[in-house]
Amino acid sequence: MIRWEAVIGLEIHVQLATQSKIFSAASTAFGAEPNTQACAVDLGLPGVLPVLNLEAVRMAVMFGLAIDATIAQHSVFARKNYFYPDLPKGYQISQYELPIVEHGRLEITLDDGVQKVIGITRAHLEEDAGKSLHEEFDEFTGVDLNRAGTPLIEVVSEPDMRSAKEAILYMKKIHSIVRYLGISDGNMQEGSFRCDANVSIRPAGDAGYGTRTEIKNLNSFRFVERAIDFEIGRQTAVLEDGGEIAQETRLYDDVTGETRSMRSKEEANDYRYFPDPDLLPVVIPQDMVEAIRGQLPELPSEKATRFCTQYGLDAHDAETLATSRELAEYFEHTARHTDAKAKLVVNWITGELSAALNQDHIEITESPVSSTMLAGLLNRIEDGTISGKIAKDVFRSMWTGEGDADTIIESRGLRQITDDSEIERLVDQVLQDNPEQVEQFRSGKDKVFGFFVGRVMKLSQGKANPKQVNGLLRKKLK
Amino acid sequence: MENLSVSQLAAGLDHGEFSSVELTRHFLHRMQAHGELNAFITEMDESAIVQARRADQLIKEKKHGPLTGIPLAHKDIFCMDGTRTSCGSRMLDQFVAPYDATVVQKLGQAGCVVLGKTNMDEFAMGSSNENSYFGPVKNPWNPGHVPGGSSGGSAAAVAARLVPLATGTDTGGSIRQPAALCGITGLKPTYGRVSRYGMIAYASSLDQAGPLAKSAQDCAYLLQAMAGFDSRDSTSMDEPVPAYTQALDQPLQGRVIGIPDEYFGAGLKPEVQDIMAQAIDWAEGQGCIIQPIRLPNTELAIPAYYVIATAECSSNLSRFDGIRFGHRCKAPKDLHDLYRRSRSEGFGTEVKRRIMIGTYALSAGYYDAYYLKAQQIRRLISTDFSKAFETVDFILGPTAPEPAFRIGEKTDDPVTMYLSDIYTISVNLAGLPAISVPCGMHEGLPVGMQLIGNYLTEDRLLNFAHQYQLATDWHRQCPPGFAQGSVDE
Repeated sequence: MIRWEAVIGLEIHVQLATQSKIFSAASTAFGAEPNTQACAVDLGLPGVLPVLNLEAVRMAVMFGLAIDATIAQHSVFARKNYFYPDLPKGYQISQYELPIVEHGRLEITLDDGVQKVIGITRAHLEEDAGKSLHEEFDEFTGVDLNRAGTPLIEVVSEPDMRSAKEAILYMKKIHSIVRYLGISDGNMQEGSFRCDANVSIRPAGDAGYGTRTEIKNLNSFRFVERAIDFEIGRQTAVLEDGGEIAQETRLYDDVTGETRSMRSKEEANDYRYFPDPDLLPVVIPQDMVEAIRGQLPELPSEKATRFCTQYGLDAHDAETLATSRELAEYFEHTARHTDAKAKLVVNWITGELSAALNQDHIEITESPVSSTMLAGLLNRIEDGTISGKIAKDVFRSMWTGEGDADTIIESRGLRQITDDSEIERLVDQVLQDNPEQVEQFRSGKDKVFGFFVGRVMKLSQGKANPKQVNGLLRKKLK
Repeated sequence: MENLSVSQLAAGLDHGEFSSVELTRHFLHRMQAHGELNAFITEMDESAIVQARRADQLIKEKKHGPLTGIPLAHKDIFCMDGTRTSCGSRMLDQFVAPYDATVVQKLGQAGCVVLGKTNMDEFAMGSSNENSYFGPVKNPWNPGHVPGGSSGGSAAAVAARLVPLATGTDTGGSIRQPAALCGITGLKPTYGRVSRYGMIAYASSLDQAGPLAKSAQDCAYLLQAMAGFDSRDSTSMDEPVPAYTQALDQPLQGRVIGIPDEYFGAGLKPEVQDIMAQAIDWAEGQGCIIQPIRLPNTELAIPAYYVIATAECSSNLSRFDGIRFGHRCKAPKDLHDLYRRSRSEGFGTEVKRRIMIGTYALSAGYYDAYYLKAQQIRRLISTDFSKAFETVDFILGPTAPEPAFRIGEKTDDPVTMYLSDIYTISVNLAGLPAISVPCGMHEGLPVGMQLIGNYLTEDRLLNFAHQYQLATDWHRQCPPGFAQGSVDE
């Protein structure tokens, strides 16, 4: 029985967050009425010419620097020729032989904590095509060219991944980097971040490669994982049946969870690439690269390392927080405004806050509980005003908009009871009301202790300081 | 009036001898009276009068420039807002451009009055104007002969005095060759000197717009208004535009003129060669130094051109797919049928031939042997020129190997047709400026000489041509039947 090993490479298309398109002044905003954001250049009218958007170049350089790549001092736009109704010029302006970014690398952390380097062959600039709308028009296909000319970088990895899990880790890391750099919103539903996966399998330990298939247009992490896993299974079955893998392009169907053949190698287009004579070579002087390097924000891995040393977090917590720039900022802002330990801050963010965000399907930037509000709440736990348990109630009230922690604590009288005499009064009452249980405890039934604590807390409406309750109970029951 | 130069017309307008409306009506009348030349695809009499009125107002308010109120025709390759822009093709027969080309915009701002759009070889592919969907243009000197191409409509219209000025484009000789065949002056500027924005692309790395007029001086006025950097064209040059009209009077004493062996070999009609010899003698008489030179890769220019130009055109013309604009076939069965029939019906034979050649040249497995090889040759040709310009100021030779040939004479043999651009094509490959100047007649047909300069020396080319035209009157010859007299000076 042969043990099979998967070989996976990804091509990730990242839509750049420029204001205008890569070769025209039209807006790139998502969701406008069809064809309202397509100017003469985007429509490919006779006579129009492309003019390169320097902001897109700057963003591509930022990305290249973030993945330790070589930035080409001289790169060239080429035309990729093919006919399709949503491709207005009959060619896509892309980069072919001389891309702007080459030879990058990225480290991912596997489940067992091992670091693995994924090579990045290249990242090139190109324009997006429009969209064909097949559903709304009887007998016709609609074409919406709003997206045509939107800047993309296509990030091509080496075939360095060995499982769908690794592919997802790599993809998430790229996703995190582009969002950190602010060069893409990374919105997968809107197609700002999508992926083609090249998958082949080979007997484990072999150095050569099997025949690969390319799965097109995967626009969620989940789909990528499922599609790759399906494809590995399918190829394994074919080979074990004595069959051969056909080199082809396949489509993933998210309803069935399967991939199916789209076109074979023989049907593949000859794109007739050649340098676009309408555009000059892109020349990037070294001082421009250095200037951009100077403006790079702190990247996820650097941030995680700093969180460990500065806040004493463990590697896992630090990486979780550093995954997203917004999450990391939320954490740091909260930590700066509270005396609570960093670990407590992390627990609240990854616990209560994350749960609430997930439940309401909102992003951390839209959280009704701001980092300042969370810090205020943690301060009241830290100074003993409220218990951790009460704090959860206060959090939920903050979430529904009742105000900040102090307001809620005051208006609802949630301040923790710390006055010994008052707690003693409560303890005495509970002991007096439950003589039977007192007898049981004294005859050695230790478990009943919890019962007393519960009763006292209940009587205090949860406000009694649990530590003091414990101490007094122990003293009285001796 | 039709024989007046631009400066004379401007003076007449300025002094109130005639109005722009009168001038415009005069030329519109001539244009309509000489429809037999087929020089125009679209006549624009109504809008022309509106523009002329506006020009008259500006002149009255003394807010005018040297071209305000002067009639002009645009080659139908330039997009003009609200006007049909056909590019000589059935594909764009119904296409109304929604914007102005930079050249159109600049000449509009200069106050020119547009009389119409001129006929041309389809998508500027041709040397005889026989490739137009709108029928061939006739040479005003002899209606049985071609006017040259692809800017044949512009050249014929200027030669027949239907319009004083016309724009053209030149990818392999398309301004200079028709200028020579029609006996007028035409300048192809340095690549990047004039914006290509809004000019329907044939071969992007070779296409360049320029002026056609009776004289070098008129060309200078027109080029002045056309040239300049345009942020909408990445290949346009961000270099200052000199005052072309002020450079015309420099003496030619001491200028070195290179005469390339390769432009005087087999294939050149002996009578044309004799006419060239006279022009060279004249230059020598002006104190120019005549120096034989070599341009050893000249014979490779045509094959290299027909790989590069066709490769680029095969891609440039992909946008004409019947989806968004242009001709769409009736009742397409499916997408493939829509593409196939729209393009088969919309494009003419020569355009299809060049798309096929270019597609082949770029195909996997052939790219290195054709496209890359052609680019190497292109560099060799550029090097030939730059070496020559280390020792000479100008390169002089014939514009075309023979005067205008008969309509239909070369239509069955594309390669013979391609050879009529043998002296002009290498200039485009190198991106240099060159001017064609009328310098003689043979059997009632004009002969032109071509003067090639180094990059951005349009001012010197115009200077040489103007000095020549002060001494000769070939540029004042008017085709019989199109004028009462010769051009007044």
